[in-house]
Amino acid sequence: MRFLLLFSRQGKLRLQKWFTSMSDREKKKIIRDMTTMVLARQARSCNFLQWKDLKIIYKRYASLYFCLAVESQENELLALEIIHRYVELLDKYFGNVCELDIIFNFEKAYFILDEFLMGGEIQETSKQIVNRSIEASDMLQETLEEYMSKPAF
Amino acid sequence: MALKIVKGSIDRMFDKNLQDLVRGIRNHKEDEAKYISTCIDEIKQELKQDNIAVKANAVCKLTYLQMLGYDVSWAAFNIVEVMSSSKFTYKRIGYLAASQCFHENTDVIMLTTNQIRKDLSSPNQYDTGVALTGLSCFVTPDLARDLANDIMTLMSHTKPYIRKKAVLIMYKVFLKYPESLRPAFPRLKEKLEDPDPGVQSAAVNVICELARRNPKNYLSLAPLFFKLMTSSTNNWVLIKIIKLFGALTPLEPRLGKKLIEPLTNLIHSTSAMSLLYECVNTVIAGQYSCSVGNTKSHSAQWPQPFLCVQKLRILIEDSDQNLKYLGLLAMSKILKTHPKSVQSHKDLILQCLDDKDESIRLRALDLLYGMVSKKNLMEIVKKLMIHVDKAEGTTYRDELLTKIIDICSQSNYQYITNFEWYISILVELTRLEGTRHGHLIASQMLDVAIRVKAIRAFAVAQMATLLDNAHLLTGNMQRNGICEVLYASAWICGEFSEHLENPMQTLEAMLRPKVATLPGHIQAVYVQNAAKLFATILKNQEGNTDSTTAQETSQLMIDRLPLFVQSANLEVQERASCILQLVKYIQKLQQKDVEIAEEVSALFAGELNPVAPKAQKKVPVPEGLDLDAWINEPPSESESEDEQPKAIFTKEEPKHSRPRHTEVDEKELARRREARKQEQANNPFYIKASPSSQKVYQDAPGVEHIPVVQIDLSVPLKVPGLPMSDQYVKLEEERRQKERAEKKKKEKKKRKEKRSGRGRKHDSGPESEEDITPAHVVDIVTEEMPEDHNHLPSPYLSKVKICICIFYLSRPLADSEKLPVRSHRAAGAPKSSAEDGEVENATSQEPKKKSSKEKREKKKDKDRERKVRFGCWKHFPPSETDSWSALNSLFFLFFFPLALPTKVCDIQGNLQDGSQVVVSVIFENKCESFLKSMEFNVLDSLNSKLQRPEGSGPHDGLTVPFQLPPGVSNEARFVFTVQSIVMPQKLKGTLTFIVKNEDSSTHEKLDFKLHFTCTSYLITTPCYSDAFAKLLESGDLKSSSVRLEGVNMPFHHLLARICFHHHFSVVERIDSCASMYSRSIQGHHVCLLVKTSGQTVSIDAKCDEPTLLGNVLDEIKQTFSQC
Repeated sequence: MRFLLLFSRQGKLRLQKWFTSMSDREKKKIIRDMTTMVLARQARSCNFLQWKDLKIIYKRYASLYFCLAVESQENELLALEIIHRYVELLDKYFGNVCELDIIFNFEKAYFILDEFLMGGEIQETSKQIVNRSIEASDMLQETLEEYMSKPAF
Repeated sequence: MALKIVKGSIDRMFDKNLQDLVRGIRNHKEDEAKYISTCIDEIKQELKQDNIAVKANAVCKLTYLQMLGYDVSWAAFNIVEVMSSSKFTYKRIGYLAASQCFHENTDVIMLTTNQIRKDLSSPNQYDTGVALTGLSCFVTPDLARDLANDIMTLMSHTKPYIRKKAVLIMYKVFLKYPESLRPAFPRLKEKLEDPDPGVQSAAVNVICELARRNPKNYLSLAPLFFKLMTSSTNNWVLIKIIKLFGALTPLEPRLGKKLIEPLTNLIHSTSAMSLLYECVNTVIAGQYSCSVGNTKSHSAQWPQPFLCVQKLRILIEDSDQNLKYLGLLAMSKILKTHPKSVQSHKDLILQCLDDKDESIRLRALDLLYGMVSKKNLMEIVKKLMIHVDKAEGTTYRDELLTKIIDICSQSNYQYITNFEWYISILVELTRLEGTRHGHLIASQMLDVAIRVKAIRAFAVAQMATLLDNAHLLTGNMQRNGICEVLYASAWICGEFSEHLENPMQTLEAMLRPKVATLPGHIQAVYVQNAAKLFATILKNQEGNTDSTTAQETSQLMIDRLPLFVQSANLEVQERASCILQLVKYIQKLQQKDVEIAEEVSALFAGELNPVAPKAQKKVPVPEGLDLDAWINEPPSESESEDEQPKAIFTKEEPKHSRPRHTEVDEKELARRREARKQEQANNPFYIKASPSSQKVYQDAPGVEHIPVVQIDLSVPLKVPGLPMSDQYVKLEEERRQKERAEKKKKEKKKRKEKRSGRGRKHDSGPESEEDITPAHVVDIVTEEMPEDHNHLPSPYLSKVKICICIFYLSRPLADSEKLPVRSHRAAGAPKSSAEDGEVENATSQEPKKKSSKEKREKKKDKDRERKVRFGCWKHFPPSETDSWSALNSLFFLFFFPLALPTKVCDIQGNLQDGSQVVVSVIFENKCESFLKSMEFNVLDSLNSKLQRPEGSGPHDGLTVPFQLPPGVSNEARFVFTVQSIVMPQKLKGTLTFIVKNEDSSTHEKLDFKLHFTCTSYLITTPCYSDAFAKLLESGDLKSSSVRLEGVNMPFHHLLARICFHHHFSVVERIDSCASMYSRSIQGHHVCLLVKTSGQTVSIDAKCDEPTLLGNVLDEIKQTFSQC
């Protein structure tokens, strides 16, 4: 996998994950290309696009577009599964996830993604294990935050 | 302490947190930029505070702003600060910010090494996890080198959570620091059998990725993966493993046999479409690698494509657009190996053309290309034409148009049985609004009209109608792409004007004032062909006692041509004024009642034939012709620069020139024409490939720049009088039926004669491909001219020459192209044409010379190690007068001692200015087998890179665009970009190809090295002694010297050798002392002073680039040490 982008119907970027190192300029260009390409697609078209030497797999969930770029040998259907699995994970974490959840807790969305994918590969295929490790690290954070906000006098 | 915390909490109460920021941005939609800039100012303040919580909050906000596209690189150091916080909450935010904002060139990354190492060894697994995750995003080669060992240790961590992350990040480390692969590999392999399924799948993922890059190294793991495949139930892992096997099977055919059963089982049993698709894809890939040799044993290994095609049909029929798309995609892969099995699903694929989704339609179009046959071509094209009419959006319509033409013209119009139909299709295509492909249609019209003689009468009639209705094509007098077809129409009408029914009307159409709004190159063709029509009309009117028509025609020409004489386009102007004067003169003669028609038509006598670009190669050099001798004395450098524009004209002339025999008497003319016709009739070769006229046309300037404008289509664009292609479908059907009936009759007769009763099956079965005979015969199907070129008739020579000159036109003009040589050639002497031949011949003859040498080489090389041996290389002497010399050719010969096929690869480096180097490789197949699917790949160095088409990766090979039957050689060109030329370069490369025998086929690989010597960057450049002296005086040059001992040859041989091998030219020679000069492609001057006394030669050299000089001297030394 090369990158994962989440953007709204208006083309506003909501989340970006780059699995290869790239300069900001390249990133901006790609984001622009992706949003224009994907948003121009008609409803009931297939979810795959060819872009340069990459395959672009996108899927729309409510008002959000999930857009994943993979190398040309990759399995498109597997990529769709990956997107779907990520949505499931978000859904489980936020409970009926919506775009606003991701906007206001964007760092959480990244943490979930980091437990699921890493360096462009699938890290964990089991939903339970991903959920468990997210909960565990959140617990760690929660206790620290509680500690911080505790009145010190 | 307590106070500090209190202060911190109070600070935090007043700070904006991320939620506030997001809310704020949403509330300030109108002045977002302004709001954010105040936020950034606040963040800058917050970052200055000591409190890490405040800082972390600020960094978190920055990460959000970075996503919105704001530059936050100035805060990189603050991010590192937050990363190094001991508290997980902040560390997590710091690493997240780093993974989003850092890239390889961020300089603070160096500062993080120790922090990351500390986090990796943290007792808290989540600290380690967060560090590994962050690292996977911003790992640099330095970090990879420094941390490789730590990460390797983590691969055996007690917690599976850490193990799987460590395994995955190892892949990134391998990419950045390849040296780590070898020590880490055993441990990685261990992880394939890790008790934790997560770690196991991570290891599978990594090895699958690695194997994709270099499958050979991972063959040994096949048994292990096989075990995993049969035991695993996790579809995610299964897909990866199957993909891995897909990469391995081409290397190890036996694997296929083992895989076949589990794969077939999976295909039948799985409900997961992604897994099914992966299996089908792997099977197709396996078939592909085996299909090269259709042995029984091989085809038994893989199931017949039937199963796959069946499954794919289910996918395509599915209502899910995704499955449809993938089904078509996979189908096109099967098409390459088993076209028959795909063809039976034509109905389904045609259906997909109606799909709403453009990507699906495009896929279906790709498939159609391979599915046409003589039988169904008309039907398919008819269907496509309907789509052309319906299509909205010019891109898709243009795509359709090119596909139609591709499909029809593939393999020399193999599938076209009726060319009248094809011409009408082309004419119908001209109705397209705003297409970019006018020139494509035009070139097809020209090609068909020239090559299919039987169609000319029909084509001319169609083209005349087109010309007559030109206003419909050109729309609102504006230029658009489609008016290119008028170029073809005008040329065809003029050239084959004898077929015109009403030449007068066409002539009138060609001289309408509106024509002046067309692009210049089209007007030029109009003018020239109007003259041809004029000649035809005069000829038709000859013998007619009433000469008014002829005189009216002259008057028409005289009236209309001045419009073109005023044209801004030089070419139009020149032709028009020339023809105008001619017509005026003719008119004068007409008034005196002189019979002139014959003489006028002699202007355009003779037929233009297409000639293959390579035809010249086959022409033998006449005896006694010394190509190395000067024909004219070499002109000075300055002169050639001045006269270059002139040279272009002289060169261009031959392509329009016809034999101009106005002076020759009629009898002689007729006799000659008769003789030529005779010869042509006996000549089987009308060589294929682009006919000369097309070449000229493509060279015409400005074709690309014509703005495409939509035709105003308020009136329906039915050009009157044009037949519809549809009717041909019907006619063709009738024709075939008739033919079939006739055949049947014959069959019956035969049967009666023979009185044998076994022929029933002939009656009703569907007609096979072979049964369909084309209505017209295409000339020129042979690829090459016959080997026996001695039978080449002499007039042919001049024709060949014309084409070659045009062929050269497409090459870039080189500095050293000299006018005198040009003019000599333009004079059309057979001598000069043969000279061209020799130059090309040199390449084709080269392999012959080699063969004996090669045999010797083979004997020596009994171990059959596949190593490339640097043979010899050769350079044309500087006296070479052709434009080729400017290309500074170099030969590299490589011998490939191979087990089966022997293959000589002849690498000829054509160096042109700047940093581009063209290497032409001549592939010669010396074995008995058929070679196909050749892929040429070179491992790029930092300095030299193979230019690959846009979109392909840096390691992709380039497909060699041809296949090689036994004993055939062909040339392919590859462009390299070279940055620095001061050092010699050796590029390693591989050529992979498939050797196909009658009963087997194998994948073979040849490793070779391309040696770019420094010499090869030098261009022989003449230099005068005064310029030379000035250069030496300038003092910019660094000097160096070399001594050669024991050189046993005359001084002039020595000089010749340096000139020849190292591209120098002699500036001055006095006794046993000579000065020499050369220049590199990047403009470095290289000066040599060569002195000899006895057997010692000393070379003092100067150059503005010392490294280059050193290397050139080394190479010179080597040349002499070899002799």
